[in-house]
Amino acid sequence: MVVGSARDIVEECGVARMLFVDFPLGNPCGKPGDRAMQRSIVSLALDVVDTAIAPRTTVQAPVHWGSGNWRSAFMEVGDHNIEALRAAGDKRRKAQAKP
Amino acid sequence: MAERADRQETHRSYVSYIDKSREYYEASGYDQPYRWAAFDQVPFTRLTKPLAESNVAVITTTYLHHHDSAHGAPATDKVVYHHPVVDRPARMFTDDLSWDKQATHTDDPESFLPINTLTALAEDGKIGQLNHRFFGVPTEYSQRRTGLDAATIGEWCAEDQVDVALLVPL
Repeated sequence: MVVGSARDIVEECGVARMLFVDFPLGNPCGKPGDRAMQRSIVSLALDVVDTAIAPRTTVQAPVHWGSGNWRSAFMEVGDHNIEALRAAGDKRRKAQAKP
Repeated sequence: MAERADRQETHRSYVSYIDKSREYYEASGYDQPYRWAAFDQVPFTRLTKPLAESNVAVITTTYLHHHDSAHGAPATDKVVYHHPVVDRPARMFTDDLSWDKQATHTDDPESFLPINTLTALAEDGKIGQLNHRFFGVPTEYSQRRTGLDAATIGEWCAEDQVDVALLVPL
């Protein structure tokens, strides 16, 4: 049973059961500090384990992060940062090439 | 009366991390896109006993200890591990993993490693018990290495008579 937020990666891989939590990557078991939400997500994951009848079963947890700005902001590529990304990549490759 | 939609979308609402990471690393000057694992045949087993009698284990991609991660690259010396749930760490090491560091934080382990949550669910009878140890697997670019780590965790789960494994990738 996978509890995760990267739905496409998990579904392309293929797993028996997935609980999809549509949050920014980092908190698939619920928002930090929100014990009630964490309990409901983990409890639902267990119910999916119990009730799924076939592989590739995905259930989406009925939770919402709030603002959806993180969707476009994560790993954003645009005119404003394309040169900076290229420079950072060059720097990283150069550093990793060192023995 | 017909219900109206809460929202109207012109694009798929959930994020495609395969698309995002490909475009991001291409813009960063990497020639070859990452090739994600994909399986046509997916195994499936029904639960063989009631949840309330099942032994549940958690598998995390986070790490117990701090590791240096130069230039944002994944730490390379991590190994598959197990750790007793009674010694629940107050923090896990997540700095080298790819999660959304702008939108959120990982200061609350329960948000990705639900030890206390599962302990409470066991006390309430939802599950039989939380396994006495949890398991950790490094996320590596090597799918071969990940397969070996998975086999090790499979053996540990068999030793512990784990009935249900919750895999929680960060």
